[in-house]
Amino acid sequence: MREESTFRTNVGLAEMLRGGVIMDVVTPDEARIAEDAGAVAVMALERVPSDIRRDGGVARMSDPSMIKGIQEAVSIPVMAKVRIGHFAEAQILQALEVDFIDESEVLTPADHANHIDKHAFRVPFVCGATNLGEALRRISEGAVMIRSKGEAGTGDVVEAVRHLREITAQIKRLQALSPMELSTEAKELRAPLELVREVAERGELPVPLFCAGGIATPADASMVMQLGAQSVFVGSGIFKSDDPARRARAIVEATTHFDDPERVAAASTGLGKAMESIEVRSLPESATLAGRGW
Amino acid sequence: MTPAPSAAEAVLAERPLTGRTIGILALQGDVRSHAEVLESLGASVKRVRVPEQLAGLDGLVLPGGESTTMTLGIKREGLADPLREAIAGGLPVLATCAGLILLDDDHLAVVDLHCERNAFGAQLHSFECDLAVDGVDGEPVHAVFIRAPRVTRHGAGVEVIASVPHEGIEAGDDPSVVAIRSGNVIGTSFHPEQAGEPRLHMLAFAG
Repeated sequence: MREESTFRTNVGLAEMLRGGVIMDVVTPDEARIAEDAGAVAVMALERVPSDIRRDGGVARMSDPSMIKGIQEAVSIPVMAKVRIGHFAEAQILQALEVDFIDESEVLTPADHANHIDKHAFRVPFVCGATNLGEALRRISEGAVMIRSKGEAGTGDVVEAVRHLREITAQIKRLQALSPMELSTEAKELRAPLELVREVAERGELPVPLFCAGGIATPADASMVMQLGAQSVFVGSGIFKSDDPARRARAIVEATTHFDDPERVAAASTGLGKAMESIEVRSLPESATLAGRGW
Repeated sequence: MTPAPSAAEAVLAERPLTGRTIGILALQGDVRSHAEVLESLGASVKRVRVPEQLAGLDGLVLPGGESTTMTLGIKREGLADPLREAIAGGLPVLATCAGLILLDDDHLAVVDLHCERNAFGAQLHSFECDLAVDGVDGEPVHAVFIRAPRVTRHGAGVEVIASVPHEGIEAGDDPSVVAIRSGNVIGTSFHPEQAGEPRLHMLAFAG
């Protein structure tokens, strides 16, 4: 018998995206440029994070007409974002048959206590995390892909690196604990014991771990891949740079050859100016996005 | 990769690919799940990103992923002719999902067939089912279809080894061809590696 939209088909799609670059796009034209540059998927949204950051106000799910326009423009998977906790926006995206939903801190949270019950959906979800406990809570709610939150729209990779290192260090720590200690650790991580045990045994999350939030150069992509990310999301970094098509191709090449410095060097050469960037440390607490979600 | 079904366990226990070196095209995609199956069969795995890495292989996997991304990578790396020569020269190949698309007349054109991409619809219509595959003995293969293609045309030298009732976005031309054999090449629309199924790898590489 045929079974549609299973855990396996949804984690499987996340696994098919390994070793690739997922690019933020705001128009069908940008989506085509991303696809022609080798993106494995596009994230359809109304404004890239750096513009959301600049404009302020409430950032919401995109208009369905622009998402549909992007779905028609490309054959690669199309992802779209919903506000944290906004299950009605997620229902809309599922009705539009997007391929992946990102429950994202880049948009303004809609619920200050609850994330979406992702088990109630057939479409797969990706969620951001800053540490292992957060990642495991999202997985227990049904996420089939975890990405670092980083600090979107800054072009500063420092927070993405912090989150990746935090998650991988906490996993290593679990592997050294006894069964009794795992139980206590689960309490401290505020994560289900069963998932904590599984991670301790496997030495990695049960779903793919990708990197997002501040990636702007081929070198950034290479660095986070070497730190254990399986793929990278690039938001404002491509279409806010001088030469988007060229930078997009370069980041794709650097992601494939992340462990070959000569290839990453070649990919980094002559790309023009990167996006206008902001050092995360210079941002007031109220302007950071990574603290959204819990 | 989920644990192997019971019929596959006996195959795995013998580690029948010990001593073989199998390459996996590693420009993008789910290289890891194939590597896990191949390593549990005893093979040593070599990731192939540039033409020189095709040397000395006893077999090659073209994995799942995004066929547009891989096609651009093949062009960038100058891999098209070396891949064509290796495959036409008889190198055993297992091509899954996007890998199957790479073989068709719009891509490497090394097997006489044409694929329809995303033939069953968007991700919401991805599915799993049990499937009889010609040449695979024992219990059915557990097949995982993820935004899967199907073969819509094939030449006389291409043998259909599995098909499914269509139920997809373009119903009416049942059944859909989802696995083929053409000489040294096995191609599947679905992902045996996602279900820990080693028997398609055996079909391709153990001969």
